Amino acid sequence: MSSYLRSVLARLLNRARVENDMDAEIRSHILHRAEDLVRSGMSPAEAERRARIEFGGQGRFKDEIRDAMGGGLLESLAQDVHFSLRVLRRSPGFTAVAVLTLALAIGANAVVFAVLDGIVLRPLNVPHPQDLFNIESRKGLVYMSYPDYADLRDRNRSFDGLAAFTLDQVTLDTGSGDPATVWAVDTSGNYFDVLRVQPYLGRFFHASDEHGINSAPYTVLSYTFWKNHFQADPNIAGRVIRLSRHPFTIIGVAPPDFYGAWSFFSPDLFLPFVNQEQLTGADMLHARATHSLMMTLGHLKAGVSTADAVADLDSIGAYLGRTYPRESTTTSFSLARPGLFGSFAGPAIRAFATGLMMLAGLILLAACANLGSLFAAHAADRARDIALRLSLGASPVRILRQLFTEAILISLAGGALGLWGSIQLLHILSVWKPVPRFPLVVPLGADERVYAAALVLAFLSGMLFAAIPARQAIRIDPYTVVKSGRAATGRQRWNAREVLVTAQIAICALLVTSSLVAVRGLAKSLRADFGFDPRNAMVMDTSFNQAGYRGRAVATMQDRMLKAVQAMPGVEAVGSIDVLPLYGGAPVSYVFPDETTELRASEATASAQTFKISPDYFHAAGTTLVGGRPFTSHDDQGSPGVAVINRNLAAKLFGSATRAGGRYFKLQDGTRLQVVGVVEDGKYVSLTESPAAALFLPVLQSPSMGTTLVIRSRSDPRQLAPALRSVMRNLDRALPVYIQTWEQAFDLVLFPSHVATYALGVLGALGAMLSVTGIFGVAAYSVSRRRKELGIRVALGAQRKEILNAALGRAFRLLATGSVAGLLFGILASRVLSNIVYQATPRDPLVLGSVAFTMLFLGLAAAWIPARRALSIDPLTLLRED
Amino acid sequence: MSEQAQLLPGTLDLLVLKAVSLGPLHGYGVLLRIAQISGQALLVEQGALYPALFRLVRQGLLKAKWGLSENNHRAKFYELTAIGRKRLREETEGWNRLAAAIGSALAAKPEEL
Repeated sequence: MSSYLRSVLARLLNRARVENDMDAEIRSHILHRAEDLVRSGMSPAEAERRARIEFGGQGRFKDEIRDAMGGGLLESLAQDVHFSLRVLRRSPGFTAVAVLTLALAIGANAVVFAVLDGIVLRPLNVPHPQDLFNIESRKGLVYMSYPDYADLRDRNRSFDGLAAFTLDQVTLDTGSGDPATVWAVDTSGNYFDVLRVQPYLGRFFHASDEHGINSAPYTVLSYTFWKNHFQADPNIAGRVIRLSRHPFTIIGVAPPDFYGAWSFFSPDLFLPFVNQEQLTGADMLHARATHSLMMTLGHLKAGVSTADAVADLDSIGAYLGRTYPRESTTTSFSLARPGLFGSFAGPAIRAFATGLMMLAGLILLAACANLGSLFAAHAADRARDIALRLSLGASPVRILRQLFTEAILISLAGGALGLWGSIQLLHILSVWKPVPRFPLVVPLGADERVYAAALVLAFLSGMLFAAIPARQAIRIDPYTVVKSGRAATGRQRWNAREVLVTAQIAICALLVTSSLVAVRGLAKSLRADFGFDPRNAMVMDTSFNQAGYRGRAVATMQDRMLKAVQAMPGVEAVGSIDVLPLYGGAPVSYVFPDETTELRASEATASAQTFKISPDYFHAAGTTLVGGRPFTSHDDQGSPGVAVINRNLAAKLFGSATRAGGRYFKLQDGTRLQVVGVVEDGKYVSLTESPAAALFLPVLQSPSMGTTLVIRSRSDPRQLAPALRSVMRNLDRALPVYIQTWEQAFDLVLFPSHVATYALGVLGALGAMLSVTGIFGVAAYSVSRRRKELGIRVALGAQRKEILNAALGRAFRLLATGSVAGLLFGILASRVLSNIVYQATPRDPLVLGSVAFTMLFLGLAAAWIPARRALSIDPLTLLRED
Repeated sequence: MSEQAQLLPGTLDLLVLKAVSLGPLHGYGVLLRIAQISGQALLVEQGALYPALFRLVRQGLLKAKWGLSENNHRAKFYELTAIGRKRLREETEGWNRLAAAIGSALAAKPEEL
């Protein structure tokens, strides 16, 4: 290695020596010649001038000397680079546009690829992720009860162990006043063993640590939490912390980059599910009807196909359905990849990320096409120069090498710049906390592979777009060029470039359409009717179970909270609900007509999202009552069971909302409820869902631990926050509360739409910039090629309109064709979008109009300078020029 | 000017070797020497001399070192190497053969056929 370096160094030194030698020798020659001339009677100044002229073109001879000395690849490379830099310096505009174009394309690709790699390509960060599956119902992601999970775990023959977990918020006693709320994954004891993860520090808990309820008071910290909250204390194992008032022993730390079974959620700690009673106050280990486990997953055994596994699970499901017909509601299964929340979000995210990657690829292609035409125009401008060099005997190979060196220099500069930008952007993304409340992480695959791929991509694009002008250059017939000033290029090649530009305009129109669709969808979802009104309202989450409330104490405290908040000035109404709509979904109840006696899940009229609310909730939430009455404080344990249902459920049960009042229906446990009111339909699980059934029960009759207060304000709701906090502190210091505006809480719901909109917006802007340079290139080239023709037209009395039409008509026809094609593709692509963004549809006059306007505007902006050039053509100047 | 003949391609190297073989010379000196020994008949473009000189040095036929010229200016002096001397001999023989052959070919008369 060092000898190689030495030889490179020696060659470089030698090259410098040759250069010096050459200059000194030529100086010496001219000096001697000039003295001779002086001796023959010339004045010194004149002699000097004459000597220089006699010597001839120094640059050319130096080049020849370098050639003669050359031979070494390195020297000629350095020479090529030297010359290319000179050429590029002479046309800074071209260089800047080319480098920037490529930098944008490469940067966009690197970022999108890093995200795609992190989210989609890279499986979970656990060993052997390829045969890890989570178990879902055939209809999609489903919660499972612990007893059902235990049966699946013990009876299946397909999995190498089955683990299950759910997500939980627990209170960490920090020892200093306000308790901290942390995110915990409550897992089955075998969780780490099933995932085959090794501890970073200490040990993990195992199935053998579980001996029934509350038998395993252990916790494993996540690496990040250990670093941030325990200062990476190496002696952490053995320390006892209080979680929701119960002591837990820290036994180990999970490895860095292990986020559990999800790739985008970074929990703080892991707890054994058997101790869940201490945290939630409910024993779920024996409650087959309580579907408390979010996800069940495991590695398939070697040689077991997914079909075999599903058949195996289905037979267990059939057994469970027979044995526990009321409780075990999921009897047929399917398998999904766990990392992206199973089939709930996985396919949409994957489709979106893949679509994004394709768009980024298209942008790169467009950038290449653009650079191709930029280079072609540049080469055409230099046709005379190249022709001259060819006619003076420069070899075509040399000229080609020259062109390629230029292209590679530009692509490397562009690639490096793009990469630098993408590294900055990725760094921002990796520390970005999109939703402050939730520890979401953006998994990024930003590593050497991505960077290497980006540079290779840049290099290849360089070769690709250099090939176009190169082909053109070697076909140059020096004679024609020198004579006419322009290379006579074939008709066909010009058409190929037009196709490229049209394709690029189409891509731009596609991106513009998609981003406008997304923006419009997002705007609509901020103003849409969700069955509640998030404006002018605060929401306050509490956690009774974390603060140790049990039984009657919960209801009492709920009542005190509602009364205290209601008494605050500025509060219009306050209500409580167990789970805020669009906040992960409420429990689902099977609803049966009153006359049904066989209360089997398969016989249910509907499965309804079930919310437990306080009397004033509808008022506070802004939910419109369609008929009947809301709950009152008299709808309590002492009075008959009542319910409010939404229109959708009313239609399903009774045919229409008007016929529902006063009628009865049943729940699966046999409870008979009378409908006292009907409310408008709303969105309950996701913004993009189709109308679903919902059922509201009075919290006084169906007590619930979960309590979120919705506080409707008379003025700016944020002003209420400090007062709310102090009210809550007065009621119970230890009760953790989280206060935000409902619109802030909505950020989580809108997070996917925001991501989609930003991503598409950025790509759309990129596409627009590329289109402008593309159209500009075509138009400028067309004008400069046809200057003579246009000049003659002007001389013959053509009007401005005719000149413009002749000069730019073609560019605008390309623009129109490309825009229409892009719009059509955009309409097709919006189908993918509609899974992510609320009401994303391109069939919207505003969107269509905006796309047309944007494209027209881009066209005008790009054609402005060429048009002015075309109009300012003066036939007289033109005649004098040649 | 019209009295001067253009150099045939490839002959410049030979002339340079010959000029230098008569004694060490700097670049301008080579030029003057060629003019002198060819009786001012051969025109060498001044700048074109240098690529040839560098090439011959690189091929090892000439060696160069900096020194002072008769006018007391710094100049690079060229000298024939052993290989250069050998090459000059060979090239001279080759050229003479060629010249003789072309001369006799061009002197041919119909009656000699």
